[in-house]
Parts: sequence; structure tokens; C-alpha cells
Amino acid sequence: MAASLDRSARALLLSELVSGMALTLKYFFKPKVTLNYPYEKGPISPRFRGEHALRRYASGEERCIACKLCEAVCPAQAITIEAEPRADGSRRTTRYDIDMTKCIYCGFCQEACPVDAIVEGPNFEFSTETREELMYNKAKLLSNGDRWEAEIASSLAADAPYR
Amino acid sequence: MGNILLTGAIEIGKILLVIVPLLVSVAMLTYFERKVIGAIQLRKGPNVVGPFGLLQPFADALKLLTKETIVPTGANRVVFMMAPVLTLLLSLVAWAVIPFGYGMVLADINVGILYLFAISSLGVYGIIMAGWASNSKYAFLGALRSAAQMVSYEVSIGFVIITVLLCVGSLNLSDIVMAQRNVWFFIPLFPMFIIFFVSALAETNRSPFDLPEGESEIVAGYFVEYSSMSFAMFFLGEYAAMILMSGMTSILFLGGWLPPFDIAPFNWIPGLVWFALKTAACLFVFLWVRATMPRYRYDQLMRLGWKVFLPFSLLWVVLTAGVLMATGWIAR
Repeated sequence: MAASLDRSARALLLSELVSGMALTLKYFFKPKVTLNYPYEKGPISPRFRGEHALRRYASGEERCIACKLCEAVCPAQAITIEAEPRADGSRRTTRYDIDMTKCIYCGFCQEACPVDAIVEGPNFEFSTETREELMYNKAKLLSNGDRWEAEIASSLAADAPYR
Repeated sequence: MGNILLTGAIEIGKILLVIVPLLVSVAMLTYFERKVIGAIQLRKGPNVVGPFGLLQPFADALKLLTKETIVPTGANRVVFMMAPVLTLLLSLVAWAVIPFGYGMVLADINVGILYLFAISSLGVYGIIMAGWASNSKYAFLGALRSAAQMVSYEVSIGFVIITVLLCVGSLNLSDIVMAQRNVWFFIPLFPMFIIFFVSALAETNRSPFDLPEGESEIVAGYFVEYSSMSFAMFFLGEYAAMILMSGMTSILFLGGWLPPFDIAPFNWIPGLVWFALKTAACLFVFLWVRATMPRYRYDQLMRLGWKVFLPFSLLWVVLTAGVLMATGWIAR
């Protein structure tokens, strides 16, 4: 009897509806979580695996020694490397292509690299209008490296104590 | 002759003075809705087109205007194209009797509330026509749901209106507002106010009673086959109907254009502003409810209409009439 009276009183006074409405009204005045995307961006981890880049030493010499470990480890077989000795006798790549449409961004290439040459940088905004533009060659990867060197170096430094 | 022309021109000017701000407020209502629901969901809502995203509805309208109008092969072309026109038309003609302020009304007829009731009941025809002429099962099911729902909730709206009319003794909307000089009707008739508002939600097919367009089951309901401007007209009609229902709520229960207290700072503000504010407050509740409530199941909707609202409002009509007779307050 008391229970049914209680239930009918609740139903008649719309207590559930009122408490629900009160909750949504509370949220109405809360600060908004929207990031104004192209102008504001969320924080990304130093381990973030974005667009690939080939790095250089401070001297300007390219790091990659064409060991082809990245090519071997790549589970999607997105990397193609061809190499021959350079005029000064050092071993260098003549071709370093990444098919970005195949890449699964697993990060194995940067783990495999003995000289920290191939890295996945913090850039995630590299969409293109054509498929062909996503077939990266060595020039593109090196220019990525030049463009993102500061960010890449600081991420590597930030992550170094944990590996 | 010139006199007639002049009177005609003035009348058309007055009508435009109502219709144009109304259509602009419909556009702003779509913006307001996205902002309010966004805020409740901790989002910002549209904020890119124009300052604070204020031009978003106009961008949307432009987009719809430039799209192709598709008429399905199996559709009855004439009825198919007439349905959105009728819906929009009906939601606009109702504004002829709405008093925006003291004497600020296009047609101050003595059966104003009856006229409003008739027009809002006719709204179901646009929906049935759309559902039938589309020759699509989703549109047809949506139209059937909508028709059944609107008919059910009109009954309780009718009783609520009768309760108000008992207290006023007139069907004229201006008289209804003036009868609330001492106390707005939502205080003595509070349960009726709630029933009217909930029924208004059902009548305009708004959430949580938006079964007719329940996208999880029947895609979009009666306007599933519509595109471009014919879709926009349904949209305008639906939102104009929302504004109309909010306007009716403020006239019947919230004292229309009257200020809350007839003292200095309040009665400086013109009645039109008070009316607009009250209507906007009701519209906010419309949107607030949409952001809060999940959709009703169809049998729950019918149960609420016929087994809760109808007996309750009927009881309240009898109660109000009894009290008015017993105390001798009945208006003559």
C-alpha cells in the first residue's frame, strides 16, 4: 500500500522527469569540452605515431644507412628500399619509398631502425586529394624530416627515459 | 477605389510584418536548437558561419535551395508537392489571431482559440498527404503514427483549453490574456499547464513524442522522400508550429504580453517583448526536453494520451467548473 502510494506520488509529481531535466540543465551551464579543431588541437603523446620522416644528423648528413631492417620488419610491406655505395664509399639508399596507403602506423620501422633515421613524427594532418600523393619517396620523407626535426627531437628526448 | 487599395496595401504590410519576422525566428530557432542541445551535451554547437555561427541557418537554407527536388517515380505528384505547401501554410495562417501586444493582432476575432484549434488540427492533413503521396512504406507508417498521435493529444488539449475558457468566459485571445491581469493561469491551473505543454510536444511531433520521424525504425517518417525546398518547407512548418504552440502556451497560461508585475521597471518594457520572451522561454523548454528525454514507445504514447491525460484533464474540467460555480467566480 505504502509502496504503491509512493510510486503513484512519484509518477504524479513527475519526480523522475524533474530530476532528469535538472541534470541536463546543470550540464547546460558547464564549461564546454569542444576543441575548436583547426585552431585548437588536443595534446599528443611523445610516442604518437603520425606521418613518417627521414632524419638527418646535425651536419646535414642523412642518418639512413640502408640496412633495410625497416623494410624487413614492416608487416604491411609498405616500405621499398634500394641501395648502392655512394661515391665516398658509404652505404646509402638510392630509393626509399613508403606507400602511406598500405602503412598501418604500427611503429615497427622506427623500433627497428638502429640509427633513428626513420621515425613517425607528430604530424597527423597529411591528407591528400589524390592517392598518388600518398606514395612517399625519399625526397618527401627527408623534407618531412627537415620540417619536423624540432618536434621529433623533443619527442624522442621526452620518451628516452622510459625505453 | 484608391481607398480600398490603400487599405489592402496596409493589410498586406501588416501580414508581412508578422510573416517575415516569423520566418526569421524559425531560422533562428533551428540555430538556437543546435546551440542549446550542443550546450547540454557539453558541445559548442555551430560557431563558424558568421559571428557565433549566427548565419548557419541561412547557409543551411541556401544549401537546401540549391539542391535538386526529387519526386519518386511512384509518387502522386500533385499531392506530393501540395503536402509541404499545406503544412507550411497552415503553420503560418494560425498567426493571424495571435495577439502580440495590446491590440497588436491581425484579426481580433471572437473565436480566436477555436480558430487556432481548428488550424492545428488541420496540420495532420499535410502529414497524411505527404505519407500517402510518397508511395513509400516508411513515409506511410510515419504519417499513420503522426495522425494517430495528433488526434489523441488534441483531445486533452481541447479539455485544457475548455478549462481556461471556463475561467475567462471568452474565446477571444486578447480577452484570455486580459483575464490574467491579476494572476497568470499557470498558477491556479498548474496541472493543466503541464498537460498542455506535454500535449503540445506531442502535437508538434517533438521529442520525446517524435515517433512519426523515429529514425531508428522508419528512417525519417512522413518526409523521408522529400528533398530540397519541399523538405525545407516541412522543416519550416514544423518549427513554425513549435513557435505557435509556445505562443499559445504563453497566451493561455503565462499572461501573453502582460508583464509579470504591473510595477515600474516591468511595465516599461513593451508587451511585444514580454510575449517574445515568454515564447522563447517555452521554446527553450521544448529544446531542453529534447536533449533530456528518450523517445517514447508507441504504446506508451497512446497510454499516456488516452489513459492518463484524457481522464485527468476531464476530471480537472469538472473540478474547475465546480469550483467556479460554487464560489460564484464564473465569468458571465
